[in-house]
Amino acid sequence: MKLKEGTLTHALILGTFCLGFAVLLALTNLATSDAIAARAIEDRQASLGQVIPTAIHDNNPVLDTMALTDADGRELTVYRALKGGRVTGVAYEIFGTGYAGKIKLMLGVDTEGRALGVRVLAHKETPGLGDWIDTKKGDWILQFDGLSLGNPPIEKWKVKKDGGKFDQFSGATITPRGVVGAIREGLELFAANKTKLLETN
Amino acid sequence: MSGSFTYGRIARDGLWDNNGVLAMLLGMCPTMAMTTSATNGFGMGLATAVVMAASSLMVATFRNYITREVRIPVYILIVAANVTFVDLMMNAWMHELYKVLGLFIPLIVSNCLPLARLEAFAAKEPVLPSLMDGTFMGIGFTLSLTMIGAVREIVGSGTLFADASLLLGPAFKFLETQVLPEDMGVLLMILPPGGFLATGLLIVGKRLLDIRAGKGIQMAGAHSV
Repeated sequence: MKLKEGTLTHALILGTFCLGFAVLLALTNLATSDAIAARAIEDRQASLGQVIPTAIHDNNPVLDTMALTDADGRELTVYRALKGGRVTGVAYEIFGTGYAGKIKLMLGVDTEGRALGVRVLAHKETPGLGDWIDTKKGDWILQFDGLSLGNPPIEKWKVKKDGGKFDQFSGATITPRGVVGAIREGLELFAANKTKLLETN
Repeated sequence: MSGSFTYGRIARDGLWDNNGVLAMLLGMCPTMAMTTSATNGFGMGLATAVVMAASSLMVATFRNYITREVRIPVYILIVAANVTFVDLMMNAWMHELYKVLGLFIPLIVSNCLPLARLEAFAAKEPVLPSLMDGTFMGIGFTLSLTMIGAVREIVGSGTLFADASLLLGPAFKFLETQVLPEDMGVLLMILPPGGFLATGLLIVGKRLLDIRAGKGIQMAGAHSV
């Protein structure tokens, strides 16, 4: 079958545009990739800085990472705070199920299994109802600083509505329930992997 | 229709007469999704305006080489490439702004307003008028989104331009106002139904103004220039 001349012309025109823009995109990517990687590290540093106090480490936790597999078989990146060659705390991402999908949080834990701090990294909760978990909107999440699995006792690691210790907000129970559950699981993960997390190599 | 424009006409069309949202009802997806506050609407509009101006410019430049048969894929390619340029460059060099706007930028690809203007205007007209058309259509889109966002934000959360300083820099802190007392907001307006309500009411408002001005209701479409 003979290809019509017109078809070939159109194909060539479309092909040329694709090629041209592909080259431009590749060049832009090349020019920006280093800067974007640097920004990503800065962002991570900023969020880690809120859950790991600067006083307890002399390394850069963003660059000192180890991989860990959690109970569900998911790969986790653990950021380690070291001082004088000893691990003084770790931080990792934890996930809760909220009203409108996953809530992503960063949890910092000290060597005794106490929470150093928790911050919300990303969520899609209803504005005005569920977004009080974010420090930009409320102090609710700060109450977890210093708490551990024994304090309050494990059966109290729930929202008040479920018979636990933590306040829900008016009109929103699912969001805080998801967050409290995620923190509890995060602390359990630490307890289960304590030796591995604290060993220095 | 070549040559039948004046720059004043192009500006009027983009900002009011043939406004992308309020007259042509195009780009409804970002309009509904991103107008939970005036600041969000403004940010989304601004990013779209940049992409529209750049895409119109490129299509007008190459208009004599793009054949009818392959024009749609080429337009989509150009819009998608521009969105990616803006996304990458903002992420690298305007990172603070990117943290606020970054979420919106990939959504521009799914906006049919840029595509409609490329087909209706930039494909036929010279470079400069096309650049003007893309720019003014983009500004009109920005204004509509900001207005819808303002209505939803005032009724829904009782604030206006909340977090404007995150988007525009600390100098714009003065824009952030508390209009209604705290906890007075009607949550419905922030949720998806509020988008339809606010957009619908603003369209009615625009048509009432047009009728009062003696213009009658124009059933404008993407094809009319």
